[in-house]
Amino acid sequence: MRFLFKTDYDQDIRLFKHNGQRFWYGLLALLLLGLPVLLPEGLRDYMLGQMVFVFIYSVAGLALMLLIGFTGQISLGHAAFMAVGAYTEAVLQAKGVPFVVSLPCAALFAGIAGVIVGLPALRLKGIYLGIATLSFGYIAEEIATRWDSVTGGNAGKHLKPVDLFGYPVDDDIKLYYLTLAILVIAMLAIINLMRSPTGRAFVAIRDSEISAQSMGIHLAKYKTMSFALSAALTGVAGALYAHKLTFITPEQFTLLASIELATLVFIGGLGSFHGAVFGAVFIISLPQLITVAKDYLPAAVGAQTGLQPTIFGLILIGFLLFEPMGIYGRWLKIRAYLELFPFYRKGMFRRQKTYMKSDRLK
Amino acid sequence: MSFFACENLSIQFGGVKAVTNVSFAVEQGEVFTIIGPNGAGKTTIFNLISLIYPPTAGRILFEGAEITGSSPHKVANLGIARTFQNIELFEHATVLQNLLIGRHNFRRTNVLQEMLFLPAVRRAELAHREAVEKVIDFLDLQRYRESLVAGLPYGVRKVVEMARALCTGPKLLLLDEPSSGLNPEETDDMAFWIEDIKKDLGVTVLMVEHDMSLVSRVSDRVLAMNQGEMLSLGTSKEVQSDPAVIEAYLGKQE
Repeated sequence: MRFLFKTDYDQDIRLFKHNGQRFWYGLLALLLLGLPVLLPEGLRDYMLGQMVFVFIYSVAGLALMLLIGFTGQISLGHAAFMAVGAYTEAVLQAKGVPFVVSLPCAALFAGIAGVIVGLPALRLKGIYLGIATLSFGYIAEEIATRWDSVTGGNAGKHLKPVDLFGYPVDDDIKLYYLTLAILVIAMLAIINLMRSPTGRAFVAIRDSEISAQSMGIHLAKYKTMSFALSAALTGVAGALYAHKLTFITPEQFTLLASIELATLVFIGGLGSFHGAVFGAVFIISLPQLITVAKDYLPAAVGAQTGLQPTIFGLILIGFLLFEPMGIYGRWLKIRAYLELFPFYRKGMFRRQKTYMKSDRLK
Repeated sequence: MSFFACENLSIQFGGVKAVTNVSFAVEQGEVFTIIGPNGAGKTTIFNLISLIYPPTAGRILFEGAEITGSSPHKVANLGIARTFQNIELFEHATVLQNLLIGRHNFRRTNVLQEMLFLPAVRRAELAHREAVEKVIDFLDLQRYRESLVAGLPYGVRKVVEMARALCTGPKLLLLDEPSSGLNPEETDDMAFWIEDIKKDLGVTVLMVEHDMSLVSRVSDRVLAMNQGEMLSLGTSKEVQSDPAVIEAYLGKQE
């Protein structure tokens, strides 16, 4: 158990609150940087490819976390923003625009789409907003299919490897470092935002719109801003996704992809930065685990079609019932258990409603 | 010209006349209380002042300028802060975070600066924190600084909500039933704090309250209302002995 002795207000704003955090995040950084070297030859390509997907989904997850987890505005059409980012990148690259320009453009166009989709959010709440964004997802998918001249329709669109200042990012090791760098930058930007007035305004809107308003927060402005930022970051993820796949069709940005992103956020843990990464690891690794598990299952079960969605659904239901805080919540509990051993109590994280009790009864 | 004034304020919800033709003026530095039985339209007046509802008729003046027709978030920028009858705090945040949101008006940095967390942002954050700590000291909330609001006792939440309103640096503070749900001891503390807010901070207070001992202790003037209409306006003693007020609360003497 660590007790922090606070002598300075700056201690509460710092990125790393104590040396323990510095050590562990430093170790994680080293591990991630050295991973391509550490992995055995046979596994390397496969694992790095999977890690690239994890990083890309983490960026998208982070974007959606900003919107759902921190601002409290649900979106079930986020794959559409990925599509905007991906197609912008594909089209601009085909026109010979360098990556350092086309990536911000992908973010910009997705951001503009985000502002447009954010407009109904000014009037709609909860499930109604969910439906509105869902229908936007459908529209975007349909546009991607029909607008042949730009998107290539169902025939899809090819992308060349990223060209970074004349240096081609043409294999998974290079793409690994590129996506890792973008994830770290995105993570830092969102963490910084959340520890400043704008981030606090987002959280205020999530918790109580009426009192956010009476604190002087312009609801329309901040909701739109949240949508725009989230969409822009999702657009970046979309552009990277397009480069990873090297070939995109509208099928990659369907309703299911949107649901997958929302699931990522819920399973990872609403309202946490870790949750976005945990959720991404989960979403990417589960299908692989199921494939492996199939070999050990009886043929009658393992050979069934629809095994993966079923397991996916069951796990999501399990999380909603038993661990609403997601993987991050579980992680907090395990840590508390180890730190407090043997004094951890089961009810420690239970939501308490003690506010009706008088102070004197304590 | 008064510091704050409502002129012929009326609002109708369909056929229900919630507030009819209410006019009053609040002078700078006083504690002005609105009393009345349930459904008298007290909270509706507060919601009219914070522009959550647009009035059907009449206008609201603050420091000589009309605020009706402006938008709700601008009211806070003008220097009018409020608390809510049923406590509207940000439940999943700590007391400190709640109070920092109260500093939103003083935000001077833009999103881009914040994403990079430039030195200007850090300086501003430290300044916000210092301002918040002053309010924490003022209302004696030190030991709750890091606690989640969801786990706090009701009485403390009331004080936290008042603290959050004070963090906005208000000139006029609207308190909606500050003592509801508090025990006698906590009500006593509340009276002290309201007096302190008036004397030490020089903030004008407009409140809605039921507890008459608290009302007579802190208020300079009292407005009694019934069914959306003004009944009586004067000092606490005058209003309490007004036959119309007694009738509204207790019924007519046979």
